[in-house]
Amino acid sequence: MITLENVTVEFDQRRVLDDISLSLSEKRIGIVGANGSGKSTFVRLLNGLQVASSGTVRVDDFDAAKDGRKLRRHVGFVFQNPDNQIVYPVVEEDIAFGLKALKLPKDEIDRRIDEVLARYGLSEFRNHPSHLLSGGQKQLLAISGVLVMAPRYVIFDEPTTLLDLRNRNRVERAIAELDQTVITVSHDLDLIAGYDRVLVFENGRIACDDVPAIAIPRYREMMA
Amino acid sequence: MIAGLYIDGNSALHRAAAGLKVLALVLLGTGVFLIPDWPVLAVLLVTVFILYPASGFGPRILWAQIRPILWLLALFFAVQLWLNDWQAGLVVIFRLAAIVSFAGLVTLTTRTSDMLAALERAMKPLARFGVNPEKVSLAFSMVLRFIPVIAQIGHEIRDAQRARGLDKSVLALVVPLIIRTLKTADDVADAIDARSFDPD
Repeated sequence: MITLENVTVEFDQRRVLDDISLSLSEKRIGIVGANGSGKSTFVRLLNGLQVASSGTVRVDDFDAAKDGRKLRRHVGFVFQNPDNQIVYPVVEEDIAFGLKALKLPKDEIDRRIDEVLARYGLSEFRNHPSHLLSGGQKQLLAISGVLVMAPRYVIFDEPTTLLDLRNRNRVERAIAELDQTVITVSHDLDLIAGYDRVLVFENGRIACDDVPAIAIPRYREMMA
Repeated sequence: MIAGLYIDGNSALHRAAAGLKVLALVLLGTGVFLIPDWPVLAVLLVTVFILYPASGFGPRILWAQIRPILWLLALFFAVQLWLNDWQAGLVVIFRLAAIVSFAGLVTLTTRTSDMLAALERAMKPLARFGVNPEKVSLAFSMVLRFIPVIAQIGHEIRDAQRARGLDKSVLALVVPLIIRTLKTADDVADAIDARSFDPD
């Protein structure tokens, strides 16, 4: 369960999120809004990348303000541009990056890497230079690097924006198959159409909080 | 390209410890400067060349290591020929070719992660002076990782500026390149935080 109480975020006296209070317990949650509406700041709060100026953010037993490091292992984060998320030059090394921080034995690291590469059809690329992967493969590698840490929640910040249709569909399937609770920020409304709940952000506030069948048409109206 | 030169294999060099290979490279790199005779250096160079097929690499891969420095070898040889004689020229180019081809061989047979782990181990004694080996190792890996990324950004900017007729302006390339590189650095720092990097 994710709970926010009276959360405000300010940058240089500009209020980016304004007094947000809500609870999230659904399995699939979509976040939409215009650029600069506060949606990315909102999801960064959930992973502890952003600290609230006031108010509290709790994810299960973790307080985002106090348990930042633990929270980041509990809540995985997949960024829009996988090139900025992949930090090692070879595929398997990049997936092992987070696992080494967990101080896991080498056998267990290898087992988890094998498993996640097989899951996303990347096994043959295990020793491949990561910069030579296609855009879709890079995004799947970025997802692999997060999932291998076995987080309870996974946040996707515009995961399909840079992808062609085929790779967009691959990533959509990959997200749909996840057991974890998924929170997806997206301008791709088809991606979140089957979700349980959609939050529409406008000027740092939640303008609509409902099922996709109501929230998405409302968002279209707002953007018209 | 520097990143991703490793080629999988099961030769003795592939199996050798990364630290040992780097140490051998350091010894060779300094040792060649103690050898003043070109025939001895020629034998050393041929030995390094023989290690390529022995490690499962064909002449094309060996050529790929030497080809980028051919102009440098030619230049050094010409300078030595002008200042001294052809024997001195051979000494200089054999030294350089031996170092570069052996460095290539080490890179081809050693995973980046093994190389970085060796680096981390070698730096452990420096921890007492406040050096964090994990941070240094991460910095090295990121240099290797982001060379192609920055190069790609450079290509994109150059194409965009060409389309605007600014292909001769250095400023039109450098300014957006710096801005995008700094933005990338911010995003990467976020990603590293998000992936629970904890060197302490």
